[in-house]
Amino acid sequence: MSEVVLEARKIFKDFKDPIIIHVLKDINFTINKGEFVSVIGRSGCGKSTLLYILSTMDTDFEGELLIDGQSMKNKKEGELAKIRNEKIGFVFQFHYLLNEFSALQNVMLPGLKLGKYSDEEIEYKAMQHIKKMNIEKIALKNAYQLSGGEKQRVAIARALINDPLIIMGDEPTGNLDKKNGDIVFNIFKELTEEFNQTLLIVTHDTEFAEKTHRIIEMEDGRILKK
Amino acid sequence: MKLIFKIAKSLLLARLKQTTVAAIGVTFSITMFIALLGFMTGLNDLLDGLILNRTAHVRLFKEIKPSENQPIDISKKYLASYNFVSSVKSGSNRKEIFNSGPIINAIKKDNRVLGVGPKIIAPVFFNDGAIEINGSINGIDVDVESKLFFFDDYITSGKSASLKNVSNSIILGKGLADKLLANIGDVVVVTTAQGERFSLKVVGYFQSGIMELDKVQSYASIATTQKLLGKSNNYITDIQIKLKNIERAPAVAKEYANIFQVDAEDIQTANAQFETGSNVRNIISYAVGITLLVVAGFGIYNILNMMIFEKMDSIAILKATGFSGKDVKQIFTVIALSIGIVGGLFGLLFGFFLSLGIDQIPFKTASLPTVKTYPINYSAVFYIIGGIFSLITTYLAGYFPAKKASKIDPVEIIRGK
Ligand SMILES: Nc1ncnc2c1ncn2[C@@H]1O[C@H](COP(=O)(O)OP(=O)(O)O)[C@@H](O)[C@H]1O
Ligand SMILES: [Mg+2]
Repeated sequence: MSEVVLEARKIFKDFKDPIIIHVLKDINFTINKGEFVSVIGRSGCGKSTLLYILSTMDTDFEGELLIDGQSMKNKKEGELAKIRNEKIGFVFQFHYLLNEFSALQNVMLPGLKLGKYSDEEIEYKAMQHIKKMNIEKIALKNAYQLSGGEKQRVAIARALINDPLIIMGDEPTGNLDKKNGDIVFNIFKELTEEFNQTLLIVTHDTEFAEKTHRIIEMEDGRILKK
Repeated sequence: MKLIFKIAKSLLLARLKQTTVAAIGVTFSITMFIALLGFMTGLNDLLDGLILNRTAHVRLFKEIKPSENQPIDISKKYLASYNFVSSVKSGSNRKEIFNSGPIINAIKKDNRVLGVGPKIIAPVFFNDGAIEINGSINGIDVDVESKLFFFDDYITSGKSASLKNVSNSIILGKGLADKLLANIGDVVVVTTAQGERFSLKVVGYFQSGIMELDKVQSYASIATTQKLLGKSNNYITDIQIKLKNIERAPAVAKEYANIFQVDAEDIQTANAQFETGSNVRNIISYAVGITLLVVAGFGIYNILNMMIFEKMDSIAILKATGFSGKDVKQIFTVIALSIGIVGGLFGLLFGFFLSLGIDQIPFKTASLPTVKTYPINYSAVFYIIGGIFSLITTYLAGYFPAKKASKIDPVEIIRGK
């Protein structure tokens, strides 16, 4: 059996606004190293909520989350931030970049935060990732000057900068046209095939999901057993 | 930390206009704070100087008063009874301080003392034809008086040294000289309390800044005054002492009164009203300065709050990519402090220039011959206080917005899109 990267154990989550809604019910699954997993399900079934929990940004839930064999229970905000920085790369549906910085600086920031390499090394690595995304032409442009597809590729490069254990994406192609969506998918595919990168991608594009190693299907806060 | 500064700088530059306005607010308040305090304190020093420069910190003298221990109190026979004596009179009217020489020598050796000098106060009448004008002659040691009490600064015509060099000479208060129509080189006639008449040559005028004083006071050398009173050359009525630290005057006065068995008065007791005046003026200046700073602080608070509202997305991304709440808080604290430091430094600089400007404005008054322009105090203390206050206010103004920013929940922002 291969190495487990992430494990969800009996995860439950409720919203109490204004009546109690059970958004996630008894979520259990594991993700192994090098797997390309997609999560599908109808809008509102709890995919994003689950992803925020798995990415340690949301700590208000029941159950247990293990990343790299480590329980996330009782960890302080600062410790979780460090884990996010080091082990998780996140790609959002709406390409969140810092508009005050250039594309290259956006990619570099999490690396500078981690401080594992020198600034020059981080810049070099960032440039490598940007080249891999085929966007070296816009590396020095300001983030707000980029097109949607370009922004999403910058976001992926940023997710890669600290060689994360896992990359999570919340409908990263949801806001892109077919052509750009395909580009992004091919990048993900290349990452798993060439670099053995672990990926967990939420999508409601079934065509996209079909091409991944494994599909987790959700309905009404639960994972459907196949 | 380098990264925190880098991000803070980028956020700051992205909102350069607003942050500049905030910094200008700080600059303005610090400028006013410095100029106001410098000017107010300059004025205070001037007014205090009128009295304080010319006044001894501790004055030793002999008060004419009845003995506290009447003979019957000392008598062993009536020790156990209550004694009532009415209409007690003073036994002697000697104002002289005995042993003044040894006392002065002893005080000179005290290392709390800056300087000490003898003085004779002699009440006299100035004869102006048939009219007699009330006045007094201060017999002084010219060198000590110049050194300790800035005597020369107050002499408008003539030289203080003439008192030593010209025998039987006198320096008149300007008001007194005007009344007597006495020009320099003229001779004035005085009558002592004992009825002796004496001629003195006018060698100068002085102007203390207090008109009432200048109408009655005059100065002569110790020797001249002793001669005038028909006393020997160890007759002294006052010993004037200046201390290195004026605050110690009350304690020193008490101590000397005990040791030397004389009366002693400290400057604080003698001139309590002046200190109150300066304190009130100081409090007003500080209050105005700090009010200005608080207003500037609210400006910073507003701009930071606005900035955080605008930068919610950026904060959420920073947090999602691994920056902790503490990092975010530091970023915004750095922004606030940069506004404070830049605004404060310019404030100190402009405050100094404004002070220089005020210092150029002519300010002439008849009673203050040595003052030509508005007085300014350039004490470094105001600059230090101004600098520290600008940092404290900007830190506090930044603290709450920064804390708010650190608490932003990235999930809420990301989901909200
Ligand atoms: N802050 C919230 N308060 C109350 N209900 C919420 C909140 N956030 C999400 N929900 C609800 O939780 C459910 C799951 O939402 P979400 O995880 O965003 O679904 P998906 O990403 O699968 O479309 C939805 O019904 C949504 O209305
Ligand atoms: Mg969603």
